[in-house]
Amino acid sequence: MKIAKLITIAMCLLVNMFAFASDYNMRTGVTDISNQVYQLHMTIFWICCVIGLIVFSVMFWALIHHRRSKGAEPAQFHESTKVEILWTAIPFLILVAMAVPATKTLIAMEDTDKADLTIKVTGSQWKWHYEYLGHDVDFYSLMSTPRAQIDNMESKTEHYLLEVDKPLVIPTGKKVRFLLTSDDVIHSWWVPDFAVKKDANPGFINEAWTNVNEPGTYRGQCAELCGKDHGFMPVVVEAKPEAEFQAWLANEKAQNVLAAQQEAALLEQTLSKEELMTTGERVYMAYCAACHQPTGLGLQGVFPALKGSPMVTGDLQAHIEIIMEGRPGTAMQAFAKQLSLKEVAGVITYKRNSWGNDTGEVIQPSQIQAYLDDKQEKAK
Amino acid sequence: MTSSTQQAAHEQEHDHHGPASGIKRWLFTTNHKDIGSLYLLFSLLMFLIGGGMAMVIRAELFQPGLQLVDPHFFNQMTTVHGLIMVFGAVMPAFTGLANWMVPMMIGAPDMALPRMNNWSFWILPFAFLILLSSLFMEGGGPAFGWTFYAPLSTTYSNDNTALFVFAVHIMGVSSIMGAINVIVTIVNMRAPGMTWMKLPLFVWTWLITAFLLIAVMPVLAGAVTMVLTDKYFGTSFFDAAGGGDPVMFQHIFWFFGHPEVYIMILPAFGVISTIVPTFSRKKLFGYASMVYATSSIALLSFIVWAHHMFTTGMPLAGELFFMYATMLISVPTGVKVFNWVATMWRGSISFEVPMLFAIAFIVLFTLGGFSGLMLAITPADFQYHDTYFVVAHFHYVLVTGAVFSIMAAAYYWLPKWTGYMYSETLAKWHFWLSLVSVNILFFPMHFVGLAGMPRRIPDYALQFADFNALISIGGFAFGLSQLLFVAVVFKCIAGGQRAPAKVWDGAEGLEWDVASPAPYHTFSTPPEVK
Repeated sequence: MKIAKLITIAMCLLVNMFAFASDYNMRTGVTDISNQVYQLHMTIFWICCVIGLIVFSVMFWALIHHRRSKGAEPAQFHESTKVEILWTAIPFLILVAMAVPATKTLIAMEDTDKADLTIKVTGSQWKWHYEYLGHDVDFYSLMSTPRAQIDNMESKTEHYLLEVDKPLVIPTGKKVRFLLTSDDVIHSWWVPDFAVKKDANPGFINEAWTNVNEPGTYRGQCAELCGKDHGFMPVVVEAKPEAEFQAWLANEKAQNVLAAQQEAALLEQTLSKEELMTTGERVYMAYCAACHQPTGLGLQGVFPALKGSPMVTGDLQAHIEIIMEGRPGTAMQAFAKQLSLKEVAGVITYKRNSWGNDTGEVIQPSQIQAYLDDKQEKAK
Repeated sequence: MTSSTQQAAHEQEHDHHGPASGIKRWLFTTNHKDIGSLYLLFSLLMFLIGGGMAMVIRAELFQPGLQLVDPHFFNQMTTVHGLIMVFGAVMPAFTGLANWMVPMMIGAPDMALPRMNNWSFWILPFAFLILLSSLFMEGGGPAFGWTFYAPLSTTYSNDNTALFVFAVHIMGVSSIMGAINVIVTIVNMRAPGMTWMKLPLFVWTWLITAFLLIAVMPVLAGAVTMVLTDKYFGTSFFDAAGGGDPVMFQHIFWFFGHPEVYIMILPAFGVISTIVPTFSRKKLFGYASMVYATSSIALLSFIVWAHHMFTTGMPLAGELFFMYATMLISVPTGVKVFNWVATMWRGSISFEVPMLFAIAFIVLFTLGGFSGLMLAITPADFQYHDTYFVVAHFHYVLVTGAVFSIMAAAYYWLPKWTGYMYSETLAKWHFWLSLVSVNILFFPMHFVGLAGMPRRIPDYALQFADFNALISIGGFAFGLSQLLFVAVVFKCIAGGQRAPAKVWDGAEGLEWDVASPAPYHTFSTPPEVK
């Protein structure tokens, strides 16, 4: 029994050490709600501790003192209605006491009314898309941790797996409402510091909200298994004071205008193969490699290979179409809204000239535009 | 009662229907003891295979970065590990215990439907062969989690999903037949005088479990069938584009899934309620309230399913209802724990290995119960949901809960089954090694979960690295310790010190009236229960 005691003591120490080490407890977070949630968590935790302490003290007392080896004679009692009613009623009352604050917090959490800003969050395999409703700003947010770090070829940096190319930016001190949905499977958008975790269901829209008190960068992850790269789908949110946020938003809009102008200018130009291949490789690694693999070999029986594939080496128009429109009913997404003309041209050029595919074809942004014009024509 | 030991020996002498020899004995057997042994050995094999997959998972998670397996294979491992442990290890182990013990405990000569009994076992190996074979096919096995949420399991799964569906169907058929057999046996074949409120608690808990099985296994069958038709035949049960709803899948799945959780723990309650009185040498405290508590837990299990789905976007009223209903479950569960403690109180306790496992069960299962209570608090659940906190929770109730109770039961009845005592020394080593390693394995999972590590990921952020290494070490140690269990079991089957009919001096029940090993046929003439 000595060992058992030692273990008990060690476990108690562990609990004490870690319950207070904030790194290994739930975060208090940076919103009023997240603080309330933390309080609920600690309250129920301590209730459990006290109940556990009482019950196990009684049990271990019996184990130590009512041992046969100590000559204990068994008592004869085997029921007591009074005691049994008592230990049914007391837990019930504790539960009622616990349910009251939980209900209050829950009601507050579900009240998404009177938001200052609404952002539509769309999950897809394996990235997030953010759209500022009414502001004409939207973008994709992809994990930016380099493949080499994941494959242990480079040392891992501070925010390994929790960094993105373009974080969501929101204002502090404002009620921000999120509308969540998905383009493919179910994802779950989670930022622990906001105590917001809500599923993004395809075909349906969920609501959540937050009101961040402190500026900062807050990191989370997709929380619902969404396929192969579920573990590589971080959420990064930057909370900025209102003025900075407005400046950021204005800049985003200006950038959008500029990008559209550049895109239009590109149509007149003929880009070099080198430039397209460089763009294409970057886009391929960020958007395509998760499924089709950096080697272009795909995963047998799951994701098709591109190396030597007739789709990639054959008819160019069919290739452009599958990139732009995707293939409904499969994991192949429509990239028309995700990539610029130059990026599409680049990635198609890259695929048709890599891993032994040697069509030698160089596809220009104008060809992609031609496809779009043609499609519009047909729609008429 | 007459001197039944002698009577049993007498019966055996005149028995002209002894077991056939060789492989035919096992293929064609309709004997509840043979089938019980088959179930138990099959479950042990599955426990080792599922455990092997857990080792792969823990090896990959030992360090941040991808080292051993690619994420797609990692997902197959977590999925098949879950399916095998639930449907291949825990459930068949309890069915094996029911087959062996229920007829002997109620004084019946065999199960009521012996041929169906044979069939319900022998389809199981095929189910798992089908499931495991898919791992070796192009595209691999199921990779969408054992909960197979649509549309990940429909539109976005590989073509081998049909094998998964078919395997689950067979497992379901097997479970339903097993459950029917248990119910028919208990209702019709009790010895004279074995009234309802005299039934051993293990029999009671299994009776209630069997009703749960019959109620929910068809629901699971419906869920997998809809997945099948959505994927292959163009239906849209779970596809919003065709008028369906992916969240409906989760409602259907968890309407099966939550009672399923109790299917795996109620028989464990029965085992603990049998073992604790034996080694406390005192009658079980509050027998009647144990029966009522078990029934209440079973009934409540049907109205709490959506607590697995708080983040799916339920209306507030739904969240409140499922929060309250879930919290309510802790009341009857608490009653059980209090009753066990009261049984030990002022007993004459000794610490043979079954009792050690039972005590560990009470402490660690309760710990899992506490984290369950925390998970019931909806606002907090938003933070816990789909993190390692949940993984810690359900491994505490399933490993240190269900699995520990199965081991307690195995040690408790092994002498009755084999006729030999197991090696107490080796068994004690098994217990202490398991106890220490299982806590190194699962306890830190609470902390990484609270710190924000999602479940079902093959790689993680750097702040989780130290704890994951520790968890993996605990995992390897726990996995290796179980080989000791295998050694103890087979050593005990091979021989050892002869076991008397009544192996434990404090034990009560009809099974201790027959010789050890239990003769091939017992209670051909029913005993009189007074």
